[in-house]
Amino acid sequence: MADEVILLDFWPSMFGMRTRIALEEKNVKFDYREQDLWNKSPILLEMNPVHNKIPVLIHNGKPVCESLIQVEYIDEVWPGINPLLPSDPYQRAQAKFWGDYIDKKVYASARLTWGAKGEEQEAGKKEFIEILKTLESELGDKIYFGGETFGYVDIALIGFYSWFGAYEKFGNFSIEAECPKLIAWGKRCVERESVAKSLPDSEKIIKFVPELKKHFGIE
Amino acid sequence: MAERSDTEEVKLLGMWPSPFSRRIEIALTLKGVPYEFSEQDITNKSSLLLQLNPVYKMIPVLVHNGKPISESLVILEYIDDTWRNNPILPQDPCERATARFWAKLIDQQICVAAMKVVGKVGDERDAAVEATRDLLMFLEKELAGKDFFGGESLGFVDIVATLVAFWLMRTEDLLGVKVVPVELFPEIHRWVKNLLGNDVIKKCIPPEDEHLAYIRARMDKLNIKSA
Repeated sequence: MADEVILLDFWPSMFGMRTRIALEEKNVKFDYREQDLWNKSPILLEMNPVHNKIPVLIHNGKPVCESLIQVEYIDEVWPGINPLLPSDPYQRAQAKFWGDYIDKKVYASARLTWGAKGEEQEAGKKEFIEILKTLESELGDKIYFGGETFGYVDIALIGFYSWFGAYEKFGNFSIEAECPKLIAWGKRCVERESVAKSLPDSEKIIKFVPELKKHFGIE
Repeated sequence: MAERSDTEEVKLLGMWPSPFSRRIEIALTLKGVPYEFSEQDITNKSSLLLQLNPVYKMIPVLVHNGKPISESLVILEYIDDTWRNNPILPQDPCERATARFWAKLIDQQICVAAMKVVGKVGDERDAAVEATRDLLMFLEKELAGKDFFGGESLGFVDIVATLVAFWLMRTEDLLGVKVVPVELFPEIHRWVKNLLGNDVIKKCIPPEDEHLAYIRARMDKLNIKSA
């Protein structure tokens, strides 16, 4: 019986990008369905009744919500190719710790770089850079966060990389000047086919931000 | 898998009244893993804590054979991956994803909403009660027809949700604010009774009298009126 895999997603979402990448890594054919977040579809409301948020992965009719939970699910269901999490329990725990850190910390401060003004924006930029530096320190001299192989932590963070151009433009700062190793890591990741297929062009995100600001009523 | 030596060392840096620390004790006890508990004072953080959890400087931290793991949900999964008896998470990937989803809801939303109930007054408190109840309704529905979130026996979500059973519900009694009344949440109340019938839970949750005294003292310190 063929698997039916549907992904309810929104093209600029750095969270949706994680699930796209995981599915591509596993060579899973999926039906990508673009959602209108300002006019939510019945299927989105039905499949994620708790949060009404994307991404939602629907596998043979059953929904899985929350992007990192989806990445882990994909790794468990399709274990034969490109493992995304290490098999050693301690290494797995480290990967999950950093995935959780990225989830807790990156979005909120990143948003302030384009969504806030004045002092609030400056504080946001400062915090954002500190968080990136912590991640850069964790990366160290490794090729990927997991070492030699691309995996869970890389997937958790790389979607934000497509937004870096927008953060820099609207925040008026340079991420590369502060975190050159992280930029180098980002460039390595986008050479991977799964990532190249799943991340939008930086330019497209930059054009999208003013539209997003209008939706949120930010000047 | 390497042979486990008799000198396998498991240490837990925690705090007796913390729901995040207690859930680790539940998991270790469920699996029959002996551990050394080290009570921490987060108002005066030990150099050991700062060394073992440099990112968050918080408890709980599990140290297994010298290697630290932080963040309670990460620790719970590590324990389940390492000691395979009495599994905490289900086997089926879809059920595992669902369990992780509820755990995240409890820690990131229910916990936050519940803290606002305690910390706010007047209209803001009423709004927080409403928000907490809306979230708890999802758990209420999830429990229908089950003894535990894990089915017939304790599982991952039950362990995480002890935060609701023995922290939120003990605090509401002291606050005099019924966040989880039995008329609205009969399944949750039935589930709490089931928890109290479980030996591991009984052993691992903070003793009621001492716990209530602790919560009351904290509320007094923060000038929060108790019932």
